[in-house]
Amino acid sequence: MAMPLESPITFTNIGKTRWWQRGIFASQTGYVLLALAVLLVIMHFASPYFFTEGNMQNVAKNFSFIAIATLGVTFAIITGGIDLSVGSMMCFSAMIASMVMTELSTPGSPAGSLFVHMAADGKTVLANVPGLILLISVLAGLGVALIAGLVNGFCIAVLGLSPFVTTLGMLSIVRGLGYVVSNGRGSFPGGPDADYFYALTSGDVLGVPVPFIYLVILALAMAVVLHHSSFGRHVFALGGNEKAAELTGIPVVRVKIEVYVICALAAGLQGIIISGWLGSAPANMATSYELNVIAAAVIGGANLAGGIGGPLGAIVGCVLLEVIRNGLVLAQVSSYWQQTLVGVIIILAVLVDRIRSRMI
Amino acid sequence: MTNAAATPVLELTGIGKEFGAIRALHSVDLQILPGEVVGLMGDNGAGKSTLVKIIAGNFRPSHGEIRFAGNAVHFNRPVDARAVGIEVVYQDLALADNLTAAANVFLGRELTRRFGPLALLDHKAMAARALELFGELRSETRPDDLVKQMSGGQRQAVAIARTRLSNARLVMMDEPTAAISVRQVEQVLGLIHRLKEQGVALMLISHRMPDVFAVCDRVIVMRRGEKRADKPIHQTSPEEVTALITGAKEAA
Repeated sequence: MAMPLESPITFTNIGKTRWWQRGIFASQTGYVLLALAVLLVIMHFASPYFFTEGNMQNVAKNFSFIAIATLGVTFAIITGGIDLSVGSMMCFSAMIASMVMTELSTPGSPAGSLFVHMAADGKTVLANVPGLILLISVLAGLGVALIAGLVNGFCIAVLGLSPFVTTLGMLSIVRGLGYVVSNGRGSFPGGPDADYFYALTSGDVLGVPVPFIYLVILALAMAVVLHHSSFGRHVFALGGNEKAAELTGIPVVRVKIEVYVICALAAGLQGIIISGWLGSAPANMATSYELNVIAAAVIGGANLAGGIGGPLGAIVGCVLLEVIRNGLVLAQVSSYWQQTLVGVIIILAVLVDRIRSRMI
Repeated sequence: MTNAAATPVLELTGIGKEFGAIRALHSVDLQILPGEVVGLMGDNGAGKSTLVKIIAGNFRPSHGEIRFAGNAVHFNRPVDARAVGIEVVYQDLALADNLTAAANVFLGRELTRRFGPLALLDHKAMAARALELFGELRSETRPDDLVKQMSGGQRQAVAIARTRLSNARLVMMDEPTAAISVRQVEQVLGLIHRLKEQGVALMLISHRMPDVFAVCDRVIVMRRGEKRADKPIHQTSPEEVTALITGAKEAA
């Protein structure tokens, strides 16, 4: 029964898959990226305004407004879950952030005296420590997102509720809380730090919109986490075979909770950025954005069955949606067609992937 | 091989398990010595799987005591069993299809390298070690290939390679030779010999009589939740084992 085990193994029977059948080339993300490139060329010839600097800035800014949340949802989708509460989360975080900012910037209020004082003219409010109010209010906004994410994660991972139902409930809970705290009126960032806030959320650096810069940084961080950390490996394993993940000793509960916290934080950050661009956080802000976000993730190649997805796909999905919207406007097509077309593209993207995987 | 003075790797005393009114196991005693290969046989429903799951930490026994390397142990989760050195190769293999062979081998115990505050995966080292393990298994498996695209034998190799990573002292294999090619069966049996040479105790749960008689030192037969036989392999025969499994012979 002894065998010559030390000689190197050969691969006579097992062929190596061709480079074009592996990695990004064999993924839905690759096909959609190709479709996007074709679409950009078509847009260039269809409208002379498309590739102007102003329009490009517009496109970059607009897709960045849902792309950060899409990165977060992609995490949940890779584990085989979903987060429907992102739209409401955006609104609630933005609202809390701007309410805290306004509250801390009001001179007579209990907390306000620590942070602001009146200038000599008796009208202008000055910050005691510039930027501190901004920091605290953004942290407050992210803090509520963290709590909502923990609740989502606890219900899904520990109590074993379905992600769909849990986050559907959270969608309603968080939206309702937004109406409660603002009395349905929404809120506005105010006080001495408001200018910093606008600069950091809707400004630009050398012509590049700030939200786009945040997006690129977060997407790179996500790529590293997903493909080069144990946590990322576990996220993929969870989506591929949850039972196997559990048997091999992966801390399934912890990974799931972390994923829903990341998702909620991404949505919260996204909401705060949007409120900077809007100049307010109305109570109906980002209503039904969860559908755009999930659509973008799915178009970009995230598989709702779990196990597949990534930051590039999330961004490509968002860009595609935005280019189509922008293109329809430039082509003077009624904007009502946009939603119909988005639906068609979702189905097409998934269909092409299905046909491709049957062919191989 | 069976040295009376050696401490058994695993020692079960009076293990019983009830699921409600159903008695799945009744008063099972058994010992496995280091470097011993024990075949666990029995028909469907004889209690083999329940016994394996108790040893692997999936279930807690209703009665009895488990001693591992001389110490009493209580497993609440499979991780606890793995921590002391018990590895299981599951029949459905427990692989994540969407990951590569190397990723599956190292799942849950990834090798990382520190970059400042970050611990990043060491892809190179994992691929190299996985290739080494596949080489020992004589399996033509590339560490970078996705498990989704693999044959049954390759998947088996990935699952077995996983147990070789840790310094397991007891490896339990649930039907390792079912559903793989004749050549792969030879390879798996070869691996069992390799593990045995290194002093690893093995428990082989199998229906395939020739495989059990080819590699096992001892065979244990379960029937109706009880241990009916526990004999050195050279003192028994396939015919006797078959009779014990079917109940034609009550005990030996």
